[in-house]
Order: sequence, then structure tokens, then C-alpha cells
Amino acid sequence: MTMAVQPIDSGCARLLAGLLEQRTGQRIAPNRSWRLDTALKPLLAGLAIHDVDDLARRLREGRDEVLADKVVDLLLNQETSFFRDAGVIESAAQAVAVPLAAGMPVHIWCAACATGQEALSLAMLFAERKAAERWPRMPEIIGTDVSAAAIARARQGSYSQFEIQRGLPVRRMMEWFAPDGDGQWGATPALLNTVTYRRHNLVAEPPPAGRYDLILCRNVLFYLVPRLREQVLERLAGALKPGGLLLLGAGETVIGLSDRLRPSRRLRGFYEATGCPSTAPGGAAEVAREAQSS
Amino acid sequence: MKTCLIVDDSKVIRKVARHILETLDFAVTEAADGREALEQCRQSTPDVVLLDWNMPVMSGMEFLRALGTETLSHRPKVVFCTTENGMAHIRAAIEAGADEYVMKPFDRETLHSKLQIVGVA
Repeated sequence: MTMAVQPIDSGCARLLAGLLEQRTGQRIAPNRSWRLDTALKPLLAGLAIHDVDDLARRLREGRDEVLADKVVDLLLNQETSFFRDAGVIESAAQAVAVPLAAGMPVHIWCAACATGQEALSLAMLFAERKAAERWPRMPEIIGTDVSAAAIARARQGSYSQFEIQRGLPVRRMMEWFAPDGDGQWGATPALLNTVTYRRHNLVAEPPPAGRYDLILCRNVLFYLVPRLREQVLERLAGALKPGGLLLLGAGETVIGLSDRLRPSRRLRGFYEATGCPSTAPGGAAEVAREAQSS
Repeated sequence: MKTCLIVDDSKVIRKVARHILETLDFAVTEAADGREALEQCRQSTPDVVLLDWNMPVMSGMEFLRALGTETLSHRPKVVFCTTENGMAHIRAAIEAGADEYVMKPFDRETLHSKLQIVGVA
């Protein structure tokens, strides 16, 4: 017997999808509104809320920020794994290998890092090369995500048996993780301490302080509403050091979205800043234009 | 098409693994213990062996050691797939020559990921 799926009231679906879009810029396509029900099920069970429509009513009535945060966390696409697109992660590490080998400081930003697997994958590669090639230092890696829950988990560095096995070769698992006796696998302090995590909203806040040699922002633009893609790329371009590189997800591009970034001439698959001034509202170019006209 | 030999004394596990592997475009054969698996490898060596640890007649570790003494057309990749999830077992398997290790329970993504890591998917 098949269970009938209770359709979500379209007004409620709009409210929930709107909350996600307002806070994070991510859009749930109308034909994927079934995701609301599946993603929010654990929250409903935990809070004894009858169904998604009931949840939407609660959000509409009250000003329960904690509940709204939890809803957004669950609706965010947090798909990630260790060494996702392994060749790409290795290229990213290789892209900054020369300055690291020379002992120069290197700053890396993993934007929208979810629960930290991407940042830790890079950290493992760097730590292994540092030991093998006697690099004088590790890069500084910062991982950010809009989800407080994801960042809390990333800071813990603790992964389920399913998570630890996705993409992570067993030899690296043995080297960098240990079972905690509770079915979870925890990153060793030596690995965990190589990454700093903080909560950060890519569409609403300026980039974390500093300029970066390498920014990874993979599989993020795809989920953003179009106008925000340009805005995010503008911010990422402004956060790159001269000569710094941006790595997007497969199928994501800057073409037609930003004149401050172009495909890298040095490294295939990466983008680099063009040096063009910002054209974003309030950006340097607009300020300069206004100054000339006044 | 790549070939995978599933070695597990549980019919259910073999059925689940076969289903996943077939969706990943593998041609699948099965064996219920290490000795049967070794015999199959002699006749037609698969690209990869998905190997349980605890089995009657010949265990996964005994199979792995015996495999090393065989003269085969090529050396298949060996991925342990077992409920023995402790670090000591994992280390022992890798030291004995296993290429990868899957801790049960597993799902399609886990299996696919491990087969990619050993270069057969």
C-alpha cells in the first residue's frame, strides 16, 4: 500500500521558501517544494509540530527567531563530502603549492563550507605535502557557512560512519581520524586545528577580513537567485589578493555575471581578478563615478 | 564493463550489494566464502573483490593472504566490506594488502565512492 503524500499548502510553501531566500539567497524551485516536507520532518517530530503547514503558521504568527534559524538550517543544501571531485581538490592544493613551498603566507577561504569536509580535505593534502616536502608552514584556512549548526559540527570535526566513508580513502581516515566510541569519527586535533571556522552569510555580509590567495566557493552560485550571483561574485573578486584564484563548482561560471573575474590564464578551471573596479552598488567604480559627476 | 566479485556468506548482503553494483554498471558474480571466491578468481579474475571478513570455510583475511600467492591474469582490487569497524581490524586489513575498507552498514554513495578511490568506478 502506498501512503498518500499530503500536499503542502502553497501559501505555506511560499512562506518557508521565502524565509530561506530572504536569509540566504537560496531558492527552492516550485517543482521541488516536496523538499520542504522531507527536510523539515526531523524538526517537526522534535517539536511535536503536526505538519509543515502548522510550522508555517507558527512562523507567521510569532517572532520565533530560533525556530526560523532551525528551519533555514534544515532547508539549506548542505551536500558535501571529503574530496568531492578529488581531482579539483588536488588542483586547488597544487595552485598554492609554490608559495607554500617557498615559506610564504597563504590564505585560503572555503566559502559555504557546510560541515567542513572540503576544508579538511585541503588541510590533509597540505599537511601531507608539508611533511613530505618539508614546507616551512601550512596555509591559513578559514571555512565559513551561513548555518550555525553546520559550523558547530565543522568545529567539532566529528563525522558519522556514512560521512567518513564518502570520498575519504581509508589510509587517510586512519591517519587523520579516530573512532570516538559512539559510532562517530573525530578529526585529530592536528588536523582540526589547521582550519578556523566562523558563521558567515555570503549574500548579506562582507567577506571575512583579509585578502585571499585562493577562494573555494563550489556549488553555491547554482542555488542563488540570479541577482545575488553577481553580488556574491563581486564580493569574492574583492576578497582576492592580486593574482589570487577563485574556484567555483563544475557548471558554475563568472561569464556574463562579473567583469571583475575572468578564467585564469595560468590554471584551467580557476578564475582570477581582472583588476577592473567594482561596478556593484556602492562599489569603488560607482563611488568614483559619483565623485566625478559632482 | 567492470567486474566485481561479491564475497559474503549473507545472501541478503550479496543481494543488496549486487543491486547497487548493477546500478553502477558492474557485471557481478557472487561467492559465499573465501574458498569459493578463490576458485572463481582462478577461473576469471574480476576487477574488484568486495570481501566480507567473517565467513565459514575461509575468512576474508585468509582469502586475501591466499590471493597473494596465486598467479592470476591480474591482481584484483580488494575492498573489505564488513561489520568489523574497529581501527585494529581496519589496520590489519590494509597491512595485509586490502586496497579499501567499507564499514557496514553501507549505502550506494559509500560503495560508489570507495570503488572510485580504487579506480574501478
